[in-house]
Amino acid sequence: MRRSLPLGIYRPGSTIWHRIPAGPKLGLVVLTSIVVVTLPGPWPPCVALVVALGISQWARVPLAAVWKGLRPFLVVVAVLGAFQWWQRGWPVAVEIVATTVALVVVATTFTATTPMDRMLDAIVRGLGPFRRVGVRPEKVALAFSLMITAIPAIFDIAHETREAAKARGLERSPRANLSPMAIRVVAHAYDTGAALHARGIGDD
Amino acid sequence: MAEIAYDDVTVTAEAAGGDVVILRGISATLTEHRVCFIGGNGSGKSTLARLVNGLVSPSAGTVTVDGLDVADDGPAVRRRVGFMFTQPAAQLVMPTVAEDVALSLRRLVTDKGERERRVTRILAEFGLEHLAATSVHALSGGQQQLLALAGVLATEPAVVVADEPTTLLDLRNSRIVSDRLLGLDQQLVLVTHDLELAQRCDRVLVVEGGRIAFDGAPRDAVEHYRASVTSP
Repeated sequence: MRRSLPLGIYRPGSTIWHRIPAGPKLGLVVLTSIVVVTLPGPWPPCVALVVALGISQWARVPLAAVWKGLRPFLVVVAVLGAFQWWQRGWPVAVEIVATTVALVVVATTFTATTPMDRMLDAIVRGLGPFRRVGVRPEKVALAFSLMITAIPAIFDIAHETREAAKARGLERSPRANLSPMAIRVVAHAYDTGAALHARGIGDD
Repeated sequence: MAEIAYDDVTVTAEAAGGDVVILRGISATLTEHRVCFIGGNGSGKSTLARLVNGLVSPSAGTVTVDGLDVADDGPAVRRRVGFMFTQPAAQLVMPTVAEDVALSLRRLVTDKGERERRVTRILAEFGLEHLAATSVHALSGGQQQLLALAGVLATEPAVVVADEPTTLLDLRNSRIVSDRLLGLDQQLVLVTHDLELAQRCDRVLVVEGGRIAFDGAPRDAVEHYRASVTSP
């Protein structure tokens, strides 16, 4: 059985964050992300992180779910933070780490409070005016949702590939870990394409 | 029932040493309620099924569903033909149970409220309503296959093609999914290694080496297949 990661999993509820329509909520997420990324210094992202955590609790997203959403990014964030500390000092390291963690918490809260169906509708509506320049909003929305759902699938493939390499005593071999993983990710993409094709999605 | 017609169909695939013939000169017309393909691994039976909704295109010949050419009228054919894969997880592309069924309905039902009502009704029909908000990856194999079937039936197709739908399931789940499939009002085209299941169909075609080796009553077809496997 596949492990499931909370990013991308909707948790039904009746909080105000569940009731805000998907479009304005997505706009709010984009706006928040821009503000957090552009404000200089270590303190704005730290404040944003605290606010993001507060909102996630207000939206009744369990802390365990937030933690699970963050866990896969922790190694990257730690390496990035350590490198920045070494190269540019602690304020930049704190700024980058806090920004990344805050954005993951915001994204987790957004996906936990917004059904995918509503998200797709919001994207299709938002991109509607761009039809005249050749944009296909339905396809963009589908690509967006597939990107979110692919995250747990890719983590699972990585986990299974590591287990297979370990079973053959090759856990230290980059080739035994990376090559099968790359092939299986491509195969997963192919299977997903076949499934969408079989369901007639993208035919219109 | 719909009419599925294969007319002198050949399918080839590119391989390192040159083209490989997967199916050669297949002609058959399927009008029965439950049609089953059996045969060994690599015999071409899954390809035969995949031709019905255009997942595979013929290299020569034509496949039609109710007169619609699968190669020329792919979208129209796919509106009539639903497809179930062996590996249900490959078919489920949305995060949760309800969202996956809703995806199937997006093309047909534009009203959000109506879509949600239909999702609830379909999940209730399959006994999955209590799992509506559950991750599709957290379901058992049997539940995933039932959800895949629910997603297919949501679009009310005239034909359901199921490619080894019970192969990865335990006995209990295999029975549940089999009973569901055989109980459908729609025409069913089934690919299976389960010979008991094959015998519950109306017509069975045995596929061997890319050709139809036997076509007839289930009992006779299964006997033919057993004999071909055990003969030296």
